Amino acid sequence: MSELITITMDNQTFQVPAGITILQAARQNHIEIPTICYHDHCTANGLCRICVVEVEGARTLQPACVVGVREGMVIHTSSERVIRSRRTILEMLASSVDLSEAPEIQSLMEQYASNTNRFPDAEPRHPPLLDDNPMYIRDYAKCILCWRCVQVCAEDAQYAYAINFSGRGYETQISTFYQIPMPESTCVFCGQCVGVCPTGALKPKRQWLLEMGYTPDEIMSLTRSQRQRRKRREESPAAF
Amino acid sequence: MSVTDLNPLLQRLEAYRHQGRTALLPALHDAQELFGYIPQNAAEEIGRALNIPLADVYGVIEFYSLFYSQPIGKTIIHICNDPACAMAGSETLFKQIRFSLQEVKTTGDTPTLAIEMAPCLGLCEHAPAVLIQGKAYGHANQQTWQDLVSGKGERPSSVLGGTVSILTANCGLGHTVHLSEYLNFGGYQALRKALHSTPRQIIEEIKASGLVGRGGAAFPTGLKWEAAANAAGEIKYVVCNADEAEPGTFKDRVLMEDDPHSILEGILIAGYAIGAQKGYIYIRGEYLIPYQAMKQAVEDAREAGFLGNNILDTDFDFEIEIRRGAGAYICGEETALFESIEGKRGFPRLKPPFPTTHGLFGKPTVINNVETLANVPVIIRKGAAHYRKLGTEQSPGSKLFCLSGDVVRPGLYEVPFGIPFHHLLYDLAGGMRPGHRFQAALFGGAAGAFATEQHLDVRLTFEDLKAAGLPLGSGVITVFDETRDLRDICLRLARFFAEESCGKCYPCQMGTQRQFEIMQRIASGNIQKHDWDILQDVGWTMTDSSLCGLGQTAASAILSAMKHFPHLFKSD
Repeated sequence: MSELITITMDNQTFQVPAGITILQAARQNHIEIPTICYHDHCTANGLCRICVVEVEGARTLQPACVVGVREGMVIHTSSERVIRSRRTILEMLASSVDLSEAPEIQSLMEQYASNTNRFPDAEPRHPPLLDDNPMYIRDYAKCILCWRCVQVCAEDAQYAYAINFSGRGYETQISTFYQIPMPESTCVFCGQCVGVCPTGALKPKRQWLLEMGYTPDEIMSLTRSQRQRRKRREESPAAF
Repeated sequence: MSVTDLNPLLQRLEAYRHQGRTALLPALHDAQELFGYIPQNAAEEIGRALNIPLADVYGVIEFYSLFYSQPIGKTIIHICNDPACAMAGSETLFKQIRFSLQEVKTTGDTPTLAIEMAPCLGLCEHAPAVLIQGKAYGHANQQTWQDLVSGKGERPSSVLGGTVSILTANCGLGHTVHLSEYLNFGGYQALRKALHSTPRQIIEEIKASGLVGRGGAAFPTGLKWEAAANAAGEIKYVVCNADEAEPGTFKDRVLMEDDPHSILEGILIAGYAIGAQKGYIYIRGEYLIPYQAMKQAVEDAREAGFLGNNILDTDFDFEIEIRRGAGAYICGEETALFESIEGKRGFPRLKPPFPTTHGLFGKPTVINNVETLANVPVIIRKGAAHYRKLGTEQSPGSKLFCLSGDVVRPGLYEVPFGIPFHHLLYDLAGGMRPGHRFQAALFGGAAGAFATEQHLDVRLTFEDLKAAGLPLGSGVITVFDETRDLRDICLRLARFFAEESCGKCYPCQMGTQRQFEIMQRIASGNIQKHDWDILQDVGWTMTDSSLCGLGQTAASAILSAMKHFPHLFKSD
């Protein structure tokens, strides 16, 4: 049993174990702090800042997913400053990314009364859809740069290191080495990146084709050549 | 497909092989220099030699603006586009050169030139400034572009002023102070003295001096050293932050170019005080001449026994390695700088933990700005009490101010803390250009705030400026006369941050872009009713919620302009 410390959150006093994050402390005590980039099984990097809270004595708002609780900490999870940041971040997301397949973010926008058209002349990110392998498609116009795919491809899970970033700042995109097609990269097609993608930017190819209205039979014939190529590749080593 | 001869690169890679990922930026610099860009097969060889995943190699190339993954041109011309140079006509210069290049291209002459607008090149006192293949030229508008391109242009030399010369005592001689000269000036005596004291005594002396960091954050240097000295672990580092890139700042460039040994001496003393064995100097990629000066100084110091084992016949061993940045303002942020030395994209880390316990390579690290380190030999040589005779109680010593813009004599001014702003502006720098009057000054660079006429009497100390709501920052003061449209200045600052945001955290990644877009509209006169509220929301969200100092200050100047000059941002 770890040591208990006392914190104040939204004017309520709680005893929580030392060493946990503000987010964990909030969840234990049924106080809701929203998250976007955070994933229970990925390294938390504090990227989206939607989980920021006001900690008394701190100059800036603090990301609850990575900041640990301290004895006597006084936390406000929905002060005016906090709400302004959350609402504005959501509005900026809506102006940058296609969120049509991100229902969780959509409901946050509703909750924070975010105006989806706050930035009418903003330039959204709209890179072309990448369909370069038989397993999944990459539609980075839906990518919110949560880094989960890069992380699970690397040390958080698979150690395949097929993807990293291109560009920087607003122009950042997830990319393979010199943007080579996925089959030429070190991708092992484990599917972990697709599994952790929160916005439909990464999607199983079959699902994508089904959504476009193709029937299962059509999909089988569409992808036949790809499957045959794959089969031939797999058979060829046996000849040696 | 063109075949690149990789042999010269492979030879250089041999020297890096044992270092692993930390040699990534040096290896990429080599490839960029050899081929004019970084071909895919060169990047593959680099990844293989240093044992780095190829996707990561590409990620690093893409992060730094001086690395190109595509062929760009044999000679690359960078023209500064930030306030001081823009006011001196850099945009016209850009258009002229681009026009001339097009003429040349059509006649099929030298088709291998590329021209790019660049963020502040740290040559503001020589505005407008250009870099040609990394070499710096000032007053580029007064020279023909043919002279510039062929390397006949004017090389900037230091312009110094002020009322004291302590940090700049050996500067402005028209050449880099060589080791023998530095020794004649009393150089390395402070190191000698330090090595005859205990590390604890050195730290106490620095604490007693009241020295605080000169990079912008003003953290007490002695406390930082003490924390690193007390941190557990055998391996520790000293890092000299010479990634000077705050628009309007050029003090560290002058110190490195003119008096590199004073900085080395500061690093050595810091290393001894905290128990470090190695120091790094991280110099921004655009600073080629300072890099060469520091490199020569390190070699000379090693030759003379000021670096290496048993320095000055003591048990103290210390080595210094110089690293070059590659075009990323964010790497001036201390943890992003560590990432860069480690061969990664320059993403700032979450703090805590702080560098004094978890710094470079995860080891306890002291990271100090160039000017901070230049103060160290001064303090040790004559003692903290003597040092404190200048300046004020809370801001002891002298400070370098980088004056540029619409003043008669732009340059680097060393003054004791505590003189009023108007004294620096009117008496030392010659005041506004004839026939013009003061409108505003930007204190602290792009991450700073605007001062107005009401601030002319403010005393230049940390405490007075703080009370006046102005940052001292790294000592930047860019001055604007009544003819300047501050909206255009704000637009340039907004563009700077949009280009320099690393993209890690959402508020800064998207906020700098949205701020830039809105400022573009406002600067063109198309102000809409909601712009004020939106700019405030974006600005305060970045300030409150960004991960690092870059995002937290990316709206600072614009929010201060909105406060002092609200009419510029309103449509009626």
